Amino acid sequence: MADLLLEVRDLHVAVGDNEILKGLSLAVNKGEVHAIMGPNGSGKSTLANVVAGKPGYTVTAGDVLYEGESILTKLPDERARAGIFLALQYPVELPGVRNRDFLRAALDALRESRGEDKVGIRDFNKLMQAKAEELGLEPDMMKRNVNEGFSGGEKKRNEILQLVVLDPTLALLDETDSGLDIDALKVVAEGVNRFGGPEKAIVLVTHYQRILDYITPDFVHVLIDGRIVRSGGRELALELEKRGYDWLREEAQAGAAPSA
Amino acid sequence: MVAEKKPPVISRTSEVESEYKWGFVTDIEMDMAPKGLNEDIVRLISRKKNEPEWMTESRLKAFRYWMTLEYKEPRWAKISFPPIDYQDAYYYAAPKSQEAAPESLDDVDPELIEAFNKLGIPLEEQKKMTGVAVDAIFDSVSVATTFQKQLEEAGVIFCPISEAIEKHPELVRKYMGSVVPYTDNFFATLNAAVFSDGTFCYVPPGVKCPMELMTYFRINAEGTGQFERTLIIADKGSYVSYLEGCTAPMRKTNQLHAAVVELIALDDAEIKYSTLQNWYPGDKDGNGGVYNFVTKRGKCAGRNSKISWTQVETGSAITWKYPSVILQGDNSVGEFYSVALVNNYQQADTGTKMIHLGKNTKSTIIAKGISAGKAQGTYRGLVRIMPGAENARNFTRCDSLLIGSECGAHTVPYIEVRNPTAHLEHEATTSRVSDEQLFYLMQRGINEEDAQYMIINGFCKTVFNELPFEFAMEASQLLKVSLEGAVG
Repeated sequence: MADLLLEVRDLHVAVGDNEILKGLSLAVNKGEVHAIMGPNGSGKSTLANVVAGKPGYTVTAGDVLYEGESILTKLPDERARAGIFLALQYPVELPGVRNRDFLRAALDALRESRGEDKVGIRDFNKLMQAKAEELGLEPDMMKRNVNEGFSGGEKKRNEILQLVVLDPTLALLDETDSGLDIDALKVVAEGVNRFGGPEKAIVLVTHYQRILDYITPDFVHVLIDGRIVRSGGRELALELEKRGYDWLREEAQAGAAPSA
Repeated sequence: MVAEKKPPVISRTSEVESEYKWGFVTDIEMDMAPKGLNEDIVRLISRKKNEPEWMTESRLKAFRYWMTLEYKEPRWAKISFPPIDYQDAYYYAAPKSQEAAPESLDDVDPELIEAFNKLGIPLEEQKKMTGVAVDAIFDSVSVATTFQKQLEEAGVIFCPISEAIEKHPELVRKYMGSVVPYTDNFFATLNAAVFSDGTFCYVPPGVKCPMELMTYFRINAEGTGQFERTLIIADKGSYVSYLEGCTAPMRKTNQLHAAVVELIALDDAEIKYSTLQNWYPGDKDGNGGVYNFVTKRGKCAGRNSKISWTQVETGSAITWKYPSVILQGDNSVGEFYSVALVNNYQQADTGTKMIHLGKNTKSTIIAKGISAGKAQGTYRGLVRIMPGAENARNFTRCDSLLIGSECGAHTVPYIEVRNPTAHLEHEATTSRVSDEQLFYLMQRGINEEDAQYMIINGFCKTVFNELPFEFAMEASQLLKVSLEGAVG
């Protein structure tokens, strides 16, 4: 189990009085790609947000372990510096903050926590240019304010740019594929694939199977009403594509009935 | 910068604990006028400065008018302060070593040079800031002006106003009081009577001033008011960029600072005036700090002239200040870019007036207010379009950012339009640093405090972009220091 990176144990999460996650367990090893699928409101984004430490959620039971340690009391920036990255479903605009300044500050914060020197301006520029090109981003975008006036596709690509520049260990991608046309989707998928590797892990939250044509998952988990109701391989996603979620929802209700 | 540990000679020991980095006291012998204010004191100030008769008379006229105001300051602003005892203050304080005006820097007391070094304003030849000429003012007098020779070669006059009164009386008599008359308001009247020193600048026709001009104001002595007077004239087709910075020691008592600044831009001339105001703001509980009651006004007297005010106001217990532009010449342009930050118990009532007289005149107002702690910040601005101002345009944007739940932000725009061809736009927002933004930055590994500063800095960016580069960096730093304890 030396490669176990993220372990979610019987996680219960509420927003206010509303319980969203109702006992979710998940183990992600290094080198793996996990897809979390499920209908709207099933708790997919909540899972990603709680792992990243977004405020506003109450963990009522269970635990989240990263590299063998509970991270629930850690601040979002501490988790980020430990190697957790969340590509946001709705990337936030930061008026007056230039994209490159933002990314450089983030990179420096990560490097500093690893005891490395801050990145030199030349090295940073080189890195940015290479990575932006790979993602088909206009170099001009680095001078613009973070996500301000970006199209939906640009925002998502900007998230992936951050992913490849910051190079974390665990990437949580929250519906990074939604709202992308097919060309943009390919570019984003290529970026994610380039990031992946034996020392990395990817948890992909998505509605649609479409992105899985480009990023091959090792595991697919179906999340319904706050629980993982089925896990399988890539073929599960294809089955969902054909049959929808209702059959699983019915199965889950039937299975849950005795304990209810 | 470390606060001096030696007990000051000229004042009671009353420095207070604070994060304010510029709060040291310079231990130097001072020549002080007796406390209080009367005609004799006004004459004394005038005599100390070897002023000609006309100047003394001008001061006395202002003083007599001021006496008729019966110590009643304007009270319409959203600020509150206890009654000021104008008879319990010193109106003239000068380092003794400066009694005879220094011919060169070699004659300047090393203690004074050291004081400015500590403030990051080196005056010695080899350490001077490149591309910036500095007039350093310590309490009531100008200590040194750098790069005077280079400026002279370009024909630019840049000197203490006391020197201008002596050497360029025709310019001073013509323009002083032409934009801010001595009857303008209580504090301007007081200033006209007792102004100590300040900066004079004249840029001749067609000359683009070869470097940034800067005045650094330092209040040191306790219980003194500082009343500087600045006069800048940009003759036809000329350009000048001017910057002022200000700091004061930490004192438990309040200090009064009532300056008057007048700018005059003739045909096709442009003046860019930037301020980093960092007077001592008082301690966390609201004790002490500078009362900054300032009248700043520019007149676009000529056609196609332009006056641009940029201010970053982080200091002072109270700021009362409305850098304004009278757009008299046709096609003239007035701009006001402001960041006003208040923390703890600070109060700021600041904004601008854009008075459109000429045709096709255009003004822009960008005001950013940041309130933290228990502080109150107000934007107060007037846009007035007079009947003759055909096709006048104004764009106003006021944004307020609140940090914490005990502070306040207020926006008070006045708009008067007397010409139907005018075109005005006004936008205003009030916001907080959003949790979403904070989380986003923190999720990328940036700690909460740095994340807050990035967001706040971004909020001010459009204004900082108007500052000369080095000062934009400094403004960012000031913001950070001023918000210590309020964020993170």
